[in-house]
Amino acid sequence: MRKSLVYLIPFLWLLALFFVPFLIVFKISLSDIALARPPYMPQLDLSEGLAGIRAFLSELDFENFVFLTTDSLYWKAYLSSLRIALIATFLTLLVGYPIAYGMARAPHHWRPTLLMLVILPFWTSFLIRVYAWMGILGQEGYLNQVLLWTGLISEPLSILNTNTAVYIGVVYTYLPFMILPIYAALERLDISLIEAAEDLGCSRTSAFWLVTFPLSRPGVTAGCFLVFIPTIGEFVIPSLLGGSKTLMIGKVLWEEFFSNRDWPVASAVAVVLLLILIVPIIFFQKNQQRQAEADA
Amino acid sequence: MHPARFTFSTRLTFLKGTDLAETKDHQAVFAPWEDPNEAPLIRFRGVTKKFGTFTAIHDVSLDIYRKEFFALLGPSGCGKTTLMRLLAGFETPTEGQIELDGHDIAPVPPNQRAVNMMFQSYALFPHLSVWENIAFGLKREGMAKDKIGDRVTEMLRLTRLEQFGRRKPHQISGGQRQRVALARSLAKAPKLLLLDEPLGALDKKLREETQFELMDIQEKTGTTFVIVTHDQEEAMTVASRVAVMDAGVLKQVATPSQIYENPNSVYVAGFIGDVTILQGRARKDGERYLVDWAEGQPPLVTHSGVEIGPGETCHYAIRPEKVEIHKDRPDDDNVLHGKVIDIGYLGNISTYHVELANGQIIRAQSFNTERSTRQAFTWEDEVWVNWTDRCGILLAG
Repeated sequence: MRKSLVYLIPFLWLLALFFVPFLIVFKISLSDIALARPPYMPQLDLSEGLAGIRAFLSELDFENFVFLTTDSLYWKAYLSSLRIALIATFLTLLVGYPIAYGMARAPHHWRPTLLMLVILPFWTSFLIRVYAWMGILGQEGYLNQVLLWTGLISEPLSILNTNTAVYIGVVYTYLPFMILPIYAALERLDISLIEAAEDLGCSRTSAFWLVTFPLSRPGVTAGCFLVFIPTIGEFVIPSLLGGSKTLMIGKVLWEEFFSNRDWPVASAVAVVLLLILIVPIIFFQKNQQRQAEADA
Repeated sequence: MHPARFTFSTRLTFLKGTDLAETKDHQAVFAPWEDPNEAPLIRFRGVTKKFGTFTAIHDVSLDIYRKEFFALLGPSGCGKTTLMRLLAGFETPTEGQIELDGHDIAPVPPNQRAVNMMFQSYALFPHLSVWENIAFGLKREGMAKDKIGDRVTEMLRLTRLEQFGRRKPHQISGGQRQRVALARSLAKAPKLLLLDEPLGALDKKLREETQFELMDIQEKTGTTFVIVTHDQEEAMTVASRVAVMDAGVLKQVATPSQIYENPNSVYVAGFIGDVTILQGRARKDGERYLVDWAEGQPPLVTHSGVEIGPGETCHYAIRPEKVEIHKDRPDDDNVLHGKVIDIGYLGNISTYHVELANGQIIRAQSFNTERSTRQAFTWEDEVWVNWTDRCGILLAG
């Protein structure tokens, strides 16, 4: 009895803060836009009893989802989000793996400090940090000033308001999510495995690819999903650092919701986004489960 | 019973027996270190290894010969593992030279040495199957596929792992993992195999079985083995020669029986086996030495290989199994009178702690050859202990 009470806590939490809001959003996605407050209809009127509910249900339809397929903006935005998220995840991996590797190979007494330094940026507001990048990447920004001063370039680079700026922002923001799981995997790695590989004829490089990398793969997979999943729906970074050509579904959603005040279409976009994300989330869960089994 | 002691004594009698019968058994006559024409496989020349200000190995010179089963024995931190890692190439000597087959191996990186190592943690690759683990080194050599298959199968047969080739390391038992590690390190047919505490993770019974298996495999493959261990019984059981190390220095390098019966220092005598060590002054009495060691106690007498000047202080070591215990005074050398204060019953043998009048405790061991629950001696019994004039070990200093 007590045991089931303990289980109940997470279930209630998810029910109240995930499932119920999702149902509300789903319901709005089936409604029609209306000049009203809230800006959609039908509204459920319980005073008319069963007939009211029937009338309410009969007005719900999948019109908005059909609409998403008719305008190429939406699927282009989804595809572009996926592409940006994939590239950004790969770039984060390229930057994060060597950092995690260096941390795991650092002397023991240095590791807590290094770990602290990786987490430290979280102590400043995410928004402020992204704004800071605007100052760095802009036409007159610090980066251009330094590059002009050193004479590497003669014309200022336009980085801000391009996809490049979005990649820089995503890599910077989500880097700790990539580093931490990879570091955890590498830190557990028995150094004698590398010595054994060398003893059996591997060079340093082949020992890395044949032993170190395969054994850190659970960490790499976890890190990639932790970066990929939030990046698909990312809104702040593309809207602050990206340009007018940066098409991401988070931005589309925001515009539908606040600029067009089309809550039903915005909700439909959100529901489809969730369905798209379910696939990588399931893979992520599988990966975590497999690792847990391997550890046991 | 104390199984390891049992194996040790049977090995001794086996050696003695073959010596007398002059059989062709190569185990008995295998002594390349006594042959001046034999070139050593490994030669340490004045090797010193320092980590910062800490000297792990101090001026070690040592020859190891082909087909030897050589044991590096010592307490943890004595430098034995460092010595092995120098051979594997994971460390480089600060001073001195290490030769393998007459060539200095300092410039050869570990992945190009004809030396393989079996790690204490086994270091099996957890993402590869048993088969792939064993094939790992062969693939790096660029061996042809079908030849790799043959070699791995041969290794699996040698270590009796035929049925486990497809399993992952975490799906087999500790003893099987140990054998996979051995098979993997032997697969490339190295000139020299290094074993770092190979049996440390096994329980006692399995460890003893595996010791004999190791000796068997060593003999079958004809590979030179260097084993690092802190377990003196293990070193005595498997090794052709044992090097006793302490604080980075080689204390003695000799066969197990020489180390046991003729230790060259108090440290070695105390490290290997049970021993009672007395301090005294020696004087020569014909062929033999007399050692005055305590007021009111008769001098102890022994033959000795080492020369001790008259009146010099020395140590007199006596092993408990050489000491006999009697109810009545025997008419022999080295007779001491005392009282039983403690009995350690191990089944096959009993160890008696006999306290002399001056408080010194002498340990005596006797075999329980008869099946009886009643002991010949009990607490507080007045007894006599004695040993012959060839049993005591005289140590200088």
